[in-house]
Amino acid sequence: MTQVDVNVAKGAAAPSPYVPRMAQVLAAEQMTETERFFRLRMEGEPLRYEPGQFVEVTVFGVGEAPISICSSPTQGDEFELTIRHVGAVTGALRAYKAGDRLGIRGPFGNRFDYEAMKGQDVLFVAGGLGLAPTRSLIRYVLDKRKEFGKVTILVGAREPKWLLFRDELDAWVKRSDAETRVTVDRCDKDWKGCVGVITRLFTQIQIDPSRTWAVIVGPPIMFKFTVLEALAAGVPEHRIVCSLERNMKCGVGKCGHCQIRNVYVCRDGPVFTYDQVKRLREGI
Amino acid sequence: MLPQVLKKSDLGAWIEALAKSRRVAAPILKETSPADPKDLKFAWDYITESADVRLDYTVTVLGPKKFIWPSRQTVLAYSLAGDPSPKPVVEHEPQVLFGVHPCDATAIATLDAAFAKDVPDPHYLARRADTAIVCLDCSQPCDETSFCLDMGSLYPETGWDIMLTPEDDRFFVEIKTDLGQELVRSAKVRAATKQDMQARQAFTERKRAAFHAKLPFEVKYLPEVLDASYDSLVWEAIARRCFSCGSCNTVCPTCYCWDIGDDVAMDLTKGCRVRRFDSCQLDTFAEVAGGENFRKERSSRLRHRMFRKGKYILEQTGRTGCVGCGRCDRACIAGISIRETFVQIAGSR
Repeated sequence: MTQVDVNVAKGAAAPSPYVPRMAQVLAAEQMTETERFFRLRMEGEPLRYEPGQFVEVTVFGVGEAPISICSSPTQGDEFELTIRHVGAVTGALRAYKAGDRLGIRGPFGNRFDYEAMKGQDVLFVAGGLGLAPTRSLIRYVLDKRKEFGKVTILVGAREPKWLLFRDELDAWVKRSDAETRVTVDRCDKDWKGCVGVITRLFTQIQIDPSRTWAVIVGPPIMFKFTVLEALAAGVPEHRIVCSLERNMKCGVGKCGHCQIRNVYVCRDGPVFTYDQVKRLREGI
Repeated sequence: MLPQVLKKSDLGAWIEALAKSRRVAAPILKETSPADPKDLKFAWDYITESADVRLDYTVTVLGPKKFIWPSRQTVLAYSLAGDPSPKPVVEHEPQVLFGVHPCDATAIATLDAAFAKDVPDPHYLARRADTAIVCLDCSQPCDETSFCLDMGSLYPETGWDIMLTPEDDRFFVEIKTDLGQELVRSAKVRAATKQDMQARQAFTERKRAAFHAKLPFEVKYLPEVLDASYDSLVWEAIARRCFSCGSCNTVCPTCYCWDIGDDVAMDLTKGCRVRRFDSCQLDTFAEVAGGENFRKERSSRLRHRMFRKGKYILEQTGRTGCVGCGRCDRACIAGISIRETFVQIAGSR
């Protein structure tokens, strides 16, 4: 049990964790019908973040929404977000373009444990918008390529038109130091790539379970079946890594919305191993 | 500081003196049932007359939590004309909560820990730091619903500055903090004598005899009892009656989950961010923007609340998440009882 040091007077004088800092939109681009890509820079101190963390984005006059950072700190002082239009805040962001300003709180949450992965193989499995948080680690690993073993990247989407980062996927496919495979659930005749659910790609790759980390991020249904494939390939539970999506309203473990049993995803996650989430039950 | 004694006839003068430097909130008589003149309804409110203070009150629908954790609280203000320059809004003024029962003082100590831990929340803590708490000891349970003895909230160690114990024509006045000492300066008190201290001891013994355990196990086993029940159909069975209305959360003295949203001024020149009470029983509470809902079933939400009260908050803060005040039981229109639930899950093991 946690013994909490309760210092009311000290906490009363603490800075509010709910005040956003201003950030400039450097570039914005509609990536799909519903997803919009942003490159941002904080005004003043740059955002110091780790792969796997998230921020709270404020559209003044509308509200705030939690968004995964999709860039890697190896890319410099700027950071990138891929935002799906699903609500009021993300809807308002469709009109945001280079030169506009947003509020940003964070970064929040833990990170992908890339230190533990160093010298080992990394298998990335990203479905749909799950590619956004996964990309933060993919970019990190590719930028420090020599520090990691074999790199395999599996990406899936419902249809070709929903694929994110298409130029980057093409570039990854061309790399000789990483194996990248992309699949779509269904397509028309213009699509020349793989067709079928992402789990099918497991038959096309070689995994050394004794040294592989499987980083799996996607919708709950994909997560379940992909974890099954990773386990079937022999990857141990503690080396299967995921990032959970929850309604993280405060980011500091107070408001209760992201709580799964006794875990606050915003504070204790969003990155967990399968070993950890399998016991959460409400986790997946 | 050694205990003091205050004559009941001097209580009003003390409250008037306190009101000069602080807003005073206290239990008052809200209404009397027309059908039963003995059925008195009390409520916590800011007072204007010391005579309105009713220290003979029994449990209120809403506790004194509302004065330190209001149902609506602005946390941020910004401009919509030019540079937003967002600024925190931390509102507080000196106040005293006069006549807080031990259960509610215990609950306030839990809230203090929840907001002070990890990343401190100055919006709560500044209000709390400016709030003095005068506790009023209970000689008997409020009613059959309360189970404060079980939940260990009958003898709070923290969450108060001054403790009043009624005894004949006087109060035994214990002082816990420097703030308490400062407040007592304006009271016409005298040092407690040996007889006063003996009377206080006798009160404690009478009190101990007046309260009875309602749970079939010691509260230290509650987290494990809950754990063992996690997969039981008992949650589905109880949830059949639940309307997911969230009344239990609204009246709970330790509930602090919130929703947050932006309000824009009528002239569109400025906006603010306001947090409001939220309820883990509402069906959208654990829903994400894409529509996935991680506690879609009513039973999973009911179980989540019971686990928060009996286990999670305790594990997070080291302080109880349920003080046994019985408010959620009384507020539930479906007759769901947290106490009976704790009893039932112990039996299903």
